[in-house]
Formats: sequence, C-alpha cells, structure tokens
Amino acid sequence: MSAEAPTGNGTAPAGTAPAVLSAAALARLMPLHLRLDAAGRICGAGPTLAKLCAGRPMIGRPFAELFELRSPRRVARLDELAGSARLRIGIRHLPGTVLRGLAVPLDAAEGDAQDDDNGGTGGLLLNLSFGISVVEAVRDHGLTEADFAPTDLTVEMLYLVEAKSAVLDELRDMNGRLLGAKAVAEEQARTDTLTGLRNRRAVDHALRAAVAEGRAFGLVHLDLDHFKQVNDTMGHAAGDHVLREVARILADETRSGDVIGRVGGDEFVILFPGVDGYAPLISIARRILARLEAPIPFEGRACRVSASIGATLSCLYAWPTPERLLGDADRALYASKRSGRGRVTTLAPADAPEAALRPEVMEGA
Amino acid sequence: MHGLVNRSIQSFLRDTYGAAFWARVAEAAGLPEDGFETMQRYDDALTDRVINIAAGLLDRHAPPMLEDLGTYLVSDPRRERLRRLLRLGGAGYVDFLHSLEDLPERARLALPDLDLPQLCLNEPEPGRFMLACRAAHPGFQHVLVGMLRAMADDYGALVVIDTAGRADGADRISIDLLDQSYTRGKQFELAAGMAAGL
Repeated sequence: MSAEAPTGNGTAPAGTAPAVLSAAALARLMPLHLRLDAAGRICGAGPTLAKLCAGRPMIGRPFAELFELRSPRRVARLDELAGSARLRIGIRHLPGTVLRGLAVPLDAAEGDAQDDDNGGTGGLLLNLSFGISVVEAVRDHGLTEADFAPTDLTVEMLYLVEAKSAVLDELRDMNGRLLGAKAVAEEQARTDTLTGLRNRRAVDHALRAAVAEGRAFGLVHLDLDHFKQVNDTMGHAAGDHVLREVARILADETRSGDVIGRVGGDEFVILFPGVDGYAPLISIARRILARLEAPIPFEGRACRVSASIGATLSCLYAWPTPERLLGDADRALYASKRSGRGRVTTLAPADAPEAALRPEVMEGA
Repeated sequence: MHGLVNRSIQSFLRDTYGAAFWARVAEAAGLPEDGFETMQRYDDALTDRVINIAAGLLDRHAPPMLEDLGTYLVSDPRRERLRRLLRLGGAGYVDFLHSLEDLPERARLALPDLDLPQLCLNEPEPGRFMLACRAAHPGFQHVLVGMLRAMADDYGALVVIDTAGRADGADRISIDLLDQSYTRGKQFELAAGMAAGL
C-alpha cells in the first residue's frame, strides 16, 4: 500500500517520496482504520475497529453491508468519499454509534489502471474516530489504552470527564453542606433561644403572610401577670424556667399548625390559621389560663403567675393589616389587665378603632 | 493551599483516626467543625498547622504520616476517583510514571487554580527512576511517595520507593522497578462506572 505526496519537478526530495507501510504499522498508527478496494469491498481493518465488529467477518465484504454512510448520505461511487471533508459513518450492528472520519485515495499497485487526476484507483483508506461519543464507546466495548494510538487524546478526554465529575460531586457536596447550614441559620434566626418558640421576626413574617393570603385567622396576644415578682423574688433562673413552662403549655394547648411566638420579655402572640369565630379561641384561652395559674415548681418552691389575654379575628376587618390586628389584640389585652387580670377580652365585631371593647370577662380557673 | 488538598488531609485524618480525632485537630487549629471547604483557598500556614497538630496528637513525625496520606488517597475504597484518574495515566507502571509529568497540566484542565507540584522523571539507568518534585510548599514529596507505592500495588508492580534528598531546588524520589508485573494488579476499566451523559 502506498500514498503519494505531490512531487516537485523530477527527483523527489527526501520526505516526499511515496511512503509504504506494512499492514501492522498501519494498524498501530491508525487502530480505527478501514481499507476498501476499488470495488468497495473491505480489504483491511484496524484492530480497534475489528474489536467493535466483535468477530463478524469483515474482509471481502462490501463496505455498505457492515457500515452505513450518514454524511454524505449519497454517493454514486464510493471513491467520491475521498472528496468529502468529513465523513460520518454508522456501524450497522451498533445502532447509535457514529464514527467520524476522513477518506483518502490509495494508489493502485503497479500494473493496475491508474486515474491520473485524483490519485490511483487502488481503493480508499479511511481513518475513523469516535468523536465526542468516545466515553460511551469505551465503556460499551471495554476498550483500553492499547486500543488507541498514543497520539489520540481519548484518554485525556476520559480523564477530563472523570475529573469534571469529581469536581461536580465536590461542588454538590459543598452545596448540600451550605444548604444545611443555611437552613440551620434560618431556623436560628426565627427562633427564640430561651423557649424554642418563634421570635418577634418570625411572628411578624407569619402574620404578614396570613394577611397577604387573605384567609381567616385568629390572633391572640398574651401577657404574663406577676412575672416580674417571680423574677425579682426568686431570681432570673426561676423566671427563665417559668417562661419555658409557659411555652410548653402554649404548645400543648394549640394545634401543630398554629404559630406561637415570644415577642417580648413575658409577652406571647399566637396565630390560629383558619379560625373565624371566637368560640374556639376562648376555650383554648380558658385552658391556657387554667394551666398557667397552677403553681409552677422550681427548686422546691412554687412560682405563681397568671396572664391577661386579648384576641381578635381577621374576618372582622374589611381591610386587615398586621399592624391593625396586633394593635387591636394588644388593646384587648390591656382591657383584660384593667378589668383585673387573669382574663380574656375579645375585640368587638363592630370593627372600628373607636369601638368599645366588649369584654368577655372570664374568671381565671 | 487549595481547599481540595486541605479537604483530602481532613478526610484522611477523619477516616483513619475517627471523627473525634478530627474534631480535636480542627479545634486546635481554629477551624470550624466542618473543617475545610473544597473550593476555597487557604493560607499555607493553616495546612502546616493542621499537619503538625495531627502529627503531635498521634506522636508521629509528619513525613511518615504524609506517606500514609498518599497511600490513603489512592487505595481507600471511598476515594476510588483519584486512583482511576491516575490509572488513566498509562497501561503499565512505567507508562504511569511517565504520565506524572502531565499530571499538573491534566489537573489544571479540571481545576484551573489547583497548583500541583511540577514533576520531572529521569531514568538514569534502566529500571531506576528519579522523580524530581518542585513544589511551592514542602511536604508534597512524602505524600507522593505514599501514592507511588500504592499505585505500584494497583498496577501489580514490585518497586522500592524512597525519598532521595534535595537537588537543584527539587525534592527527589527514587523508584527502583524490580518487576513491572509482579502480580496481576487490580482490575481497571477505562470508562467503568461512568454514567451515560456525564
């Protein structure tokens, strides 16, 4: 087999003389090559290509029987392929595998007819490669380094694919850690550290969201009575203990979807989504009062507190706003304080800032 | 030092000596509990501090500990990735040794800011190799010794590897290849486990 470079005038300088390669050398140089004779029959194949054909007889078979031209689609004679800048060739028994390649004409052996314009009619030499689908090809056919010429960048490509996956995995892990840390930070930013209830910010947020959604909810404002005395006479540790106990009682007596927040030293706000009447709020408030007024033991002594409670309902307002509801619940609470503590006051349905509060005065249990 | 390097040290200490040990090292070095982030850069002094604290707590010298780190990076089943990347260097151990010169460039393809030491391989006599490691920071050569030994195991090659002092500003490692195919080595497939579409 030989390939001839364009010669100058007369004597060919070294390096431009026809190169003659043995089949073995060609196989090493181009493990994915294919040689066709002038009739388009396969007369040689590189070892990697033979591996892809997995024992199917190739030599002597027509090119079109084993391979399919994908681009160019149609040629009148196979040797026209030598004029194509880039070939795309499918392997019939491996649907989905598309090789890319280049075809060059081979000179005819001495004595055979020669085509003077285009090199000889000694058939074609095709050099093929996997192109971008090389990862799948290597995996599907169990190829090894030995199946590629050392000049081929396939292994570099595999290296890059694996290194890129490793980097992506690291980034994904890091993202997971950051998201976890962010969730913890957000939870901390919403939480009152002493009681584990929501803090003022979280309550404001929940209240704004509830108003924006436009669904009915009840709002309860609760202020402890006699808490200052506990703090002053029994110390801050006792005060903290009482606040934690109150938080536990509030959580016990409300539903899991209710939002309970500590919004000041001994002030609590509870948001009751879905509530559009006072009856359930009053019965919950009554249970809360009953439990709050039971003595809370601390280091062998009993802490005694009570609470004043004010409540309002979003459904009372034509245009509810968070400030308006909080303000009204607060005024209802102070009405409870003025009328003797340990009580619940509900805002009158009249829904006017100047409306008199109608106290549902209840005796503490 | 790149976070990836620091994170490798952290994984080695945690996987080898336990989470409690790592927590002690992290605390003593003034690191957060989670330790290093992979894609961050850190002051080199912090890396040295972590290594010295760990070696101190273990009552070991740093170099043999760093050799263990190198072995761990290649042979720990949880870190199959690096072994695969190194095995892509060549079909046999000698090919692999020659591919080390390309290693920093290859690594930079994936992580442009990862500065691995410059490696240069010589074969002063057949079967006897000398690897020069020119690192911006000392200590890499010990990690490399551990890695090279573990890779020899992986390829099934019988070698004697040791540090060989410094010359011309490079830390040198000598590799005596006694038998390139002493055992069959571990199995390696070029594209094993690569999911489609990677």
